Amino acid sequence: MYGTGILRGMGVTIKHLIDSFVDDLSFLGQRYYSDDALNVRQGTKGRGVFTVQYPEEKLPVPERFRFIPFLLYDEHEDGSRTDRCTSCGICAKVCPPQCIWIERSSDPDTGRPIPEPTRFFIDIDICMNCGYCAEYCPFDAIKMDHDYELASYDRTEAHIFDKDRLDKPVEYYASICPTDYASEEQARAEEEAKKAARKAAAAEKKRIAAEKKASLS
Amino acid sequence: MSEEERNVVAPEQVPVADSIVARFGNALRTDDRDGYEGYVVSVESLKDVATVLRDELGYDYLSSVTGVDYFDEGKIEVVYHAYQTSGGPALNFKVQVDRENPILPSLVSVYPGADFQEREIFDMYGVSFEGHPNLRRILMWDGFAGHPLRKDWQEAYFEEENKPFDSRWPGGDVKRSEAENRFGKNVSYPDEFDIDNWAPEDDSSLYAGLNKSGSNGKKLKTDSLVVNMGPQHPSTHGVFRMVVALDGETITDLQPVMGYLHRNHEKIGERNTFLQNMPYTDRLDYLSSMSNNLGYSLAVEKLMGVDVPERAEYLRVLMAELTRVSNHMWAIGFLLNDLGAFQTPALYAIRARELILDIFEATAGSRMMCNYMRFGGVARDLPDTLRDENTVDFIGDLVNERLPAAIDELDRFLTGNEIVRSRCIGVGVLPADKAIAYSTAGPLLRASGVPYDLRRAEPYSIYDRLDFEVCTRSNGDVYDRYVVRIDEMRESVKICQQVMREIPEEGEIFTGKPQYNVRVPKGESYGRVENPKGELGYYVVSKGKTNPYRYHVRAPSFINLTVLGEMCKGHKVADAVVILGSIDIVLGEVDR
Repeated sequence: MYGTGILRGMGVTIKHLIDSFVDDLSFLGQRYYSDDALNVRQGTKGRGVFTVQYPEEKLPVPERFRFIPFLLYDEHEDGSRTDRCTSCGICAKVCPPQCIWIERSSDPDTGRPIPEPTRFFIDIDICMNCGYCAEYCPFDAIKMDHDYELASYDRTEAHIFDKDRLDKPVEYYASICPTDYASEEQARAEEEAKKAARKAAAAEKKRIAAEKKASLS
Repeated sequence: MSEEERNVVAPEQVPVADSIVARFGNALRTDDRDGYEGYVVSVESLKDVATVLRDELGYDYLSSVTGVDYFDEGKIEVVYHAYQTSGGPALNFKVQVDRENPILPSLVSVYPGADFQEREIFDMYGVSFEGHPNLRRILMWDGFAGHPLRKDWQEAYFEEENKPFDSRWPGGDVKRSEAENRFGKNVSYPDEFDIDNWAPEDDSSLYAGLNKSGSNGKKLKTDSLVVNMGPQHPSTHGVFRMVVALDGETITDLQPVMGYLHRNHEKIGERNTFLQNMPYTDRLDYLSSMSNNLGYSLAVEKLMGVDVPERAEYLRVLMAELTRVSNHMWAIGFLLNDLGAFQTPALYAIRARELILDIFEATAGSRMMCNYMRFGGVARDLPDTLRDENTVDFIGDLVNERLPAAIDELDRFLTGNEIVRSRCIGVGVLPADKAIAYSTAGPLLRASGVPYDLRRAEPYSIYDRLDFEVCTRSNGDVYDRYVVRIDEMRESVKICQQVMREIPEEGEIFTGKPQYNVRVPKGESYGRVENPKGELGYYVVSKGKTNPYRYHVRAPSFINLTVLGEMCKGHKVADAVVILGSIDIVLGEVDR
């Protein structure tokens, strides 16, 4: 019969309509502005309307979400900071749109390079959020942020992030990416342990060699 | 079409028969450069060779035509990749011309699908093709000075030949290019250009080429007129312009005009290092970035000769197939928008797509610009949890229940709908022979009854181990393209289910040590994948450095548009919108 296809299609629409009310009832009118409801709405079991009431509600971003890099520093008990960045320049070299500028510091007396940056810039207008800098950094010194609300009124200077703007404590990173942080710390500890073991072994070897030498003479 | 016919077994590559090599004598020789393959043909016999290949050896499908500027040798090379639609690897033949005065015979009469690609080479390299019916610039505007892909052409704000740029490190000091080159000072004019007496060119040459002859006018008096649909038009899916010659409301000719989103992806690609190109490929067809990544990785891996670990192969296929589902959801939803069913079907279609993007976001870090694959594997393994759920369970739920239900619902909602049927059946018909001749790909080709799917015709990754059907239909109209998409989604879900069953629980996801700047061995390679929109090919030439010497993208949306005018003739204006929607283009890929 002509029109059955349309009627069947309308059945689908009505089902969607009813689904949204069923959802409303099951949450007793608390469909919005609660994390539980949001999770259900956006999950595999969600039915009915799935919109998110941004900015009152925000989707939780997954750990690996990447948006504009930042630099990590370790804060010590006396309040001093050490940058993790050694200004090796790998991030600047791997960056596809070449939005990272690093000025390496050098010793004022000898002129030798010091492994830390004096200045560090990222032009976030150019940054394409690919995450290569974080992926290829050998020191876990640069990571991708989760803060995606960066709208501003100035479209020139404000979009060139300098070191002050980029620096964030390690604790911040641990809070946004707990599992990645844990696995990196573990890998680092293992690496340190290995290094220490190697050092100890080398020292032991030296000592034995020295003893041998002493006994020979 | 019967079962046997559908699953045509790919034959072994037929080498160009010795007799034919002998027939052409010196005009056809094997390309013996290091890392190169195929044949080099002389300019004079190009057309004859192409005709013989098509008619006698069955290489009926011209996949890609592109140029390479060998600056040091003073040559421009045009590279053709032809295939047999029965399956099998490519036949690659090239022709070399002098850089100074490059003239070649056009192959449009042999392979009509070469039309836009030859225009692109004309635009980008300045090679004129004799006998081309409409040799005008295609991506740059008429009156543009120079040919951008020539090695001696430099873009505005040119900094250095290759990345990484020296100014970044160790003495990096950021300077905004706008501050250095103030507005008005950032352009250079050619010597003979007189800015005071310059009048912008109109499109008279474009309009003059249109067929404005109306066949009508017997009963009802109709006017013939030219209408510009686009570049700003909601139905064109972006900044795309169709110049339509009308007789009353009937289309007598249609000429697509593109390039409004052109950024010279390929030039950027040649400045980049191999790895740096990966996130740029995301931006081609931004609805299916995972598949774009896959094609590029395959091309470079061929050159590098690295193997991909088992688990990574499964992850790649899983992502590529989820991409296909999400892309087809989008395509169908917005085809319905083009038909006038505003937003409701589109919203129902992209509901399930959201969940697919959630998987991408949790795994790769971004919903659309995934940048997930690397040469020799993938960037990250699946995360442990996704939205407080075990990731494997989440994906399992999705591919076993949610997606099949969503596809069924879409099917129930639209397939039988009488309005959809009456608007789509018999509209934009593309017969099989024309579909092949015009080098169309993807659902467009298969809806015309050609069972050509790269996953079967020339299997890559692990597709030869997976069980799925190549979906075809026989009428080649808009409705069949829609149905093929629905069927393909079902097959993709089937593949995803197999992948989730068979994927090794543990295992490496990357071969070797991740390197930020890889040196790729000399040679050329053509990697192609069955993108949701059709055959996506990457032609990469390496000179043994860290940057590709040539990086070309065979964009399915772009080449599928070659046949748009042909399909629209005789239909009404409103149908042109639908036909365009059924091709499913993304302008990021068309304009590159």
